[in-house]
Amino acid sequence: MSHATQAAKFVEDQDRAHWHDQALWFVRAKRDRMATSLPEWETLREKASQIKAYTMSHLADLLEQFERNATKLGVQVHWARNAAEHNEIVHNILFRHDVHKVAKSKSMLTEECHLNPYLERHGIEVVDTDLGERIVQLNNEPPSHIVLPAIHRKKEDVGEIFHRYLNTEEGATDPEYLAEAARAHLRDKFMNADAGITGVNFAIAETGGFVVCTNEGNADLGVSLPKLHIACMGIEKLIPRAADLGVFLRLLARSATGQPITTYSSHFHGPREGCELHIVLVDNGRSEILGSDDFRRSLNCIRCGACMNTCPVYRRSGGHSYQTTVPGPIGSILAPARDANAHNSLPYACSLCGSCTDVCPVKIDLHHQLLTWRREIAVRGLVPLSKRFPMRIAGVVFRRPWLYRWLGGLARAIVPWLPRFLVYNRLNAWGRQRELPNFPKKSFRQTFRDRNEQ
Amino acid sequence: MSSRDDILASVRRNAKTVAPDLPDLEADWIQYADLQQQFSEVIETVGGRCVAAESDHDINNALKAIPEYSSASKIASTIPGIGESNVSLSEIDDPHELEDVDFAILPGEFAVAENGAVWVTDKDLKQRAVMFITQHLVLVVPGGEIVPHMHAAYERLHFGPAGFGVFISGPSKTADIEQSLVIGAHGPRSLTVFLTSN
Repeated sequence: MSHATQAAKFVEDQDRAHWHDQALWFVRAKRDRMATSLPEWETLREKASQIKAYTMSHLADLLEQFERNATKLGVQVHWARNAAEHNEIVHNILFRHDVHKVAKSKSMLTEECHLNPYLERHGIEVVDTDLGERIVQLNNEPPSHIVLPAIHRKKEDVGEIFHRYLNTEEGATDPEYLAEAARAHLRDKFMNADAGITGVNFAIAETGGFVVCTNEGNADLGVSLPKLHIACMGIEKLIPRAADLGVFLRLLARSATGQPITTYSSHFHGPREGCELHIVLVDNGRSEILGSDDFRRSLNCIRCGACMNTCPVYRRSGGHSYQTTVPGPIGSILAPARDANAHNSLPYACSLCGSCTDVCPVKIDLHHQLLTWRREIAVRGLVPLSKRFPMRIAGVVFRRPWLYRWLGGLARAIVPWLPRFLVYNRLNAWGRQRELPNFPKKSFRQTFRDRNEQ
Repeated sequence: MSSRDDILASVRRNAKTVAPDLPDLEADWIQYADLQQQFSEVIETVGGRCVAAESDHDINNALKAIPEYSSASKIASTIPGIGESNVSLSEIDDPHELEDVDFAILPGEFAVAENGAVWVTDKDLKQRAVMFITQHLVLVVPGGEIVPHMHAAYERLHFGPAGFGVFISGPSKTADIEQSLVIGAHGPRSLTVFLTSN
């Protein structure tokens, strides 16, 4: 189903769509305040972009260096070509340790690989411990945003979900009360987990360590109690030096939620004494993207979500309308790289306003890449007939100025007199939610000529 | 071919070495006239509290003034002379036993002015879980050890042997329910940072 079809469902509830738009704009405004409070903001973005460009062009060497250093620290490093391999590796480790209950903190990679359902099929309970992720997990739906997983849910919804699953009072909507109930519920899960799974924000080639950022402290609680910690990361999460973290940690939280830094930025170097630490390095299509001059820079993404918060289309259509793990502008670039046919509508879910490119902390040229994807989708013959046919007609008309002028005159003469059903029908997508502007008496050319003659 | 070799081969085949060298991290980074004041202002905005203390005596007095501290039944301090510690962290083998710790009092190595973060490690700390599982966290940081920004922070840090370190900026919090800030998500419900004057 196309993005537009999904989005239409979302905007049916106008009040909720408006509320969603405002909620994200609020986060965007907080980001702006943080960005403008640092005079070196643009320098930071430039440095981040350069570090990532270097990383991507030396990725194989850096991965080997990371593996060497991590192994020295006592970490067991695994490699997975794709999602299936990743899930198998994780399951094998858990199986060897007789793990039945896992406390997982936010990891978009494990979402991408659909790890939860895989482990559940093998009889393992996986609890998402980030509050937002727990809300959507209980409600049996995917996250709608990579940083704010339950941003599409109002407090009334959360109250209802918690009443159903956590026995909170019916009709409760107070965030303090609901968060306290979740705290008690998840404490119990932390105390009984046999293993912790986390994502990775940054892995450091030079030291073999990695950094995980949270506000709730859920990643740290999840891995400091049980004896087994598995960290899953895409191969693009690498950075060369520990000092590079100075640049990235300054950018990440400010761009994501408008905080100066996340509450916890945890640096893991090797396992705790008597415990095991595993890292799974996942490719899953990333090395292919690396080969594309047009789309390589999409791998620079540090998953801050700023492009979503600012995107006029995302804010008004909701994360679920993208039907991908990563929605929004960056998701609309990454998803077609994986399956251009299934996601052919996403590069069109964009007004090309360029706001995403302006806020991206690592300077990914997002709206340019979205435009390039449109061309790519056309070249591969994946544009649906409903777009292809009008485009072909437009092509014929625009190549012939005389035809364009003649048709314009015809339209100005006829359309105002046509019965409504001939103008506003299924073929006129523009007219579905709004009225067409009034047709002017004269064309632009005529008006221009008249003015020059005066 | 193993998955490892496969992935590395694919990365090598696809990567283009056109990028310039790694940038140096020198720049005209932000400076603050009063590091202590900047740190203390930021930590308040992220929900924490900063107290300047002349002596251990000052810290102990300030602790007693915290209602949750006076009613706390389990207190774990690793700093001699500070806090009425009744949990000996070095004797705890299973971190799950820390579940009901009310107050943890730990040393912070240094603080960062720009974002109110304190660097805390598990050096001399057998169970790092205590930093996250305690109901309230107290960090004691030498007042002279404040760096202006994260670049200066990483100049100080060296990751040699295995170990764990974390920048902590404020108490545990969440805004996952309709963007309403709630302090005390899973971890500490409060963070107090004492800046000592020695």
